Amino acid sequence: MPAHLSARLCSLALSLFLIAFALPAFAGPFEDAVAKFANDDFSDTEEAIGVIASSGSKLAFPIINALQDGRLMADPDSKKVYVTGTDGKSIDAATGEAVASVPDSASAVRLNNRLRRSVDAALGSLTLQSPDVGARLQAAQSVFKSHEETALEAVDAALAKEANRSVKAALGEARAAILLFKSDATEVEKLEAVAILKARGDQDALALLTGMGDQPASVTKAAASAIGSIQNSLAVWSMVQNAWYGLSLGSVLLLAAIGLAITFGVMGVINMAHGEMVMIGAYTTFVVQEVIRTRYPGLFDYSLLIAVPLAFLVAGAIGVLIERSIIRFLYGRPLETLLATWGLSLVLQQAVRTMFGPTNREVGNPSWMSGAFELGQITITYNRLWILLFTLAVFAILLAMLRYTALGLEMRAVTQNRRMAASMGIATSRVDALTFGLGSGIAGIAGVALSQIDNVSPNLGQSYIIDSFMVVVFGGVGNLWGTLVGAFTLGIANKFLEPVAGAVLGKIAILVLIILFIQKRPRGLFALKGRAVEA
Amino acid sequence: MTPHMLTRSLDRSATIFLAIVAACGILIPLSNLLLPAGSFLQVPTYLVALWGKYVCYAILALAIDLIWGYCGILSLGHGAFFALGGYAMGMYLMRQIGTRGVYGNPILPDFMVFLNWQKLPWYWYGFDMFWFAALMVLVVPGLLAFCFGWLAFRSRVTGVYLSIITQAMTYALLLAFFRNDFGFGGNNGLTDFKDILGFNVQAEGTRAALFALSCLALIIGFLICRAIVSSKLGKVLIAVRDAESRTRFLGYRVESYKLFVFTVSACMAGVAGALYVPQVGIINPSEFAPGNSIEAVIWVAVGGRGTLVGAALGAVVVNYAKTFFTSGVLAPYWLFMLGALFILVTLLLPKGIVGTFNAWWDQSKEKRIPATMASAAAEDGVTEPKMAE
Repeated sequence: MPAHLSARLCSLALSLFLIAFALPAFAGPFEDAVAKFANDDFSDTEEAIGVIASSGSKLAFPIINALQDGRLMADPDSKKVYVTGTDGKSIDAATGEAVASVPDSASAVRLNNRLRRSVDAALGSLTLQSPDVGARLQAAQSVFKSHEETALEAVDAALAKEANRSVKAALGEARAAILLFKSDATEVEKLEAVAILKARGDQDALALLTGMGDQPASVTKAAASAIGSIQNSLAVWSMVQNAWYGLSLGSVLLLAAIGLAITFGVMGVINMAHGEMVMIGAYTTFVVQEVIRTRYPGLFDYSLLIAVPLAFLVAGAIGVLIERSIIRFLYGRPLETLLATWGLSLVLQQAVRTMFGPTNREVGNPSWMSGAFELGQITITYNRLWILLFTLAVFAILLAMLRYTALGLEMRAVTQNRRMAASMGIATSRVDALTFGLGSGIAGIAGVALSQIDNVSPNLGQSYIIDSFMVVVFGGVGNLWGTLVGAFTLGIANKFLEPVAGAVLGKIAILVLIILFIQKRPRGLFALKGRAVEA
Repeated sequence: MTPHMLTRSLDRSATIFLAIVAACGILIPLSNLLLPAGSFLQVPTYLVALWGKYVCYAILALAIDLIWGYCGILSLGHGAFFALGGYAMGMYLMRQIGTRGVYGNPILPDFMVFLNWQKLPWYWYGFDMFWFAALMVLVVPGLLAFCFGWLAFRSRVTGVYLSIITQAMTYALLLAFFRNDFGFGGNNGLTDFKDILGFNVQAEGTRAALFALSCLALIIGFLICRAIVSSKLGKVLIAVRDAESRTRFLGYRVESYKLFVFTVSACMAGVAGALYVPQVGIINPSEFAPGNSIEAVIWVAVGGRGTLVGAALGAVVVNYAKTFFTSGVLAPYWLFMLGALFILVTLLLPKGIVGTFNAWWDQSKEKRIPATMASAAAEDGVTEPKMAE
């Protein structure tokens, strides 16, 4: 036994002897340990930390925590130790009873660097056994990241008691990480550790395996094969991740473009103010949430459900108004329509800027839209998922409307052959107004969804207008399926180009590709055939 | 271009227009330089620079009118050609700074030193020579327009589709020029110019000369446009505008005509941009913004498409209004006014100011002139048809 250790044992024995005299007879080892903090001696403090951490007492965590924060006060005269809470109330550390005030003679227990490390380790092992599952999981994960050898005992102890499966797995991984870096671990243990990390298969495991340093030959070999398999699975997961991002972007594009596809497809009208309809929908959501916040705070989770029909009505009504007052005078002059609606978009933007101010407005996420869940190696946020589902629902409803309702029938007739439809008794101007209203209303709904993932500002629509046009032009006019395929193709292509070329270059590449694509198929992917095309 | 062709191409409004531009081009610089400062008739230097900007816009408007008014091609990306011409000139001006930059590097412009670049990218070679930069002012926009038009017109992309992809083109360029590693100064663009051909760009004399040059460029551009639209080629262009398929079936190669006029127009826009940059003192990627190109189209619509004079007039009028309104208490209402202008002009004044005036003038002339004279005038009209719709 080394000399300094025996010296410490002697001093420990001595101090125990002294304390036995100083304290009442009923004091147990926990209370003894607590009293040692009052000795203002670093080695006593270290002993106390060790005893308290393994005591299993409910007070252990608050005491060590207070020690770390400098809130553990010790009175050298009475040998009493107090925990002052962050709220200013104090308790007696030995008994847990509340005390009125800490005596003036008490001072904070001092720490040095070595003690701070043992405090951290003690806290780590204490949280590893905390009653809260989330805290235990987090502690296990932080041990995995730090993989300090000193934590091994605590991990083993926690592993023996742990009942929760996911925490148990995390503890196992933490143990494997420690063993992999522990110089005196056996080869069998290390091989097991490699196997566990391989099963974990994520970026962190990869980092541990690549940075593990000198190891026995068999371990190095196993690690190399584990690295290979992890890299493969990570590549697959990153494909999946890109595909998901692509789907998500595609759904946003589809939502923004679908209304445009209707007005452009049926009426041949380029509506440059389409983006502003999206913006109006987003601002409707903002107003709805403001009203709910001030009047009926309990309804906040339903704010989007209320906003969707309202946004449809507001944007749709404005759309009908625009059609009746401006666009109907410009039929047959698509280029002039383009200019007039551009002017309209300026007016609408400026109007919103005047009413709501030029800055971003706060639109909140209801509880069911915030948060995320893990699917394998990728994280899926709820708002993106809901928007994807919502978009598909809108698309399906729109498709059904076009197919099964009278208005849908009339709209399709007018798209295919306006004059013939008029001769068959369809009031084409009424259909035009309703179509424009429908397209605008859907843009408004899109605004509700986009308010959840984008800044609600007067420029909201501008950022979508060119993308939506690209989708419609790419997908082909007059065919909703074309818009669907176009939106998702562009979304996914964009997200797969992004990691390779960077966000901006990827976008430029997409624009150039579309320009080239239009050369080959000037009418888009799914072009309408027949005479209507040339009209 | 024969003298006969020149005289034939000039009608009354064109003569008046040229006279006014020439007078401005001579009188304003003279008044700025010769009269004492503060005198009633003296034009202050800041106004010379401001009006010089308007003249550059007028050249851009002419370029747009040439393709939109006479050939029916609505380009929403002409600002891109304007900006490219501007960048070519800006690169020359950057190279002229030499060691006077903040970092004092004789070759590399400041932003490249800032980005730790060791040597000049290849596409900056030659821009220290004025003749090369001047050539590039024409070649770069012209080449882009040629390639773009060759692809677009051959596959018969027309109407709103063409408008949208021209908009996508300028948007793509906007994104590209915003990047630092693209080598054109990124977000900040090119600025802090010192000399042009050895003259200080800030000096009054240089500004006056630039103004006179811009007026000269406007006159030359106008004459070129006039010559094109009053030639036989111009007749085919108008035929393409009014009935593209029919013209094609008559045996004309529609795409070649369109490509020619689109390229010429892009070169003109490039020249406008090149004259614009030394007068404004900066060129940055925001010139590529799609909104700018669309705004330029509305100048033409306000003045009257297919009249050339109207395009230039519209550019000056709208920009004067913009300066007037955005500098006062009315600033928050400018976008309302601009938006309303787009709507009202397309709805109520489809021929624009000059077109409407011409129609009114012709109508009142018909009332004044006896019937016999009117029929003679109508016969004249056969040899010299009206350009407006």
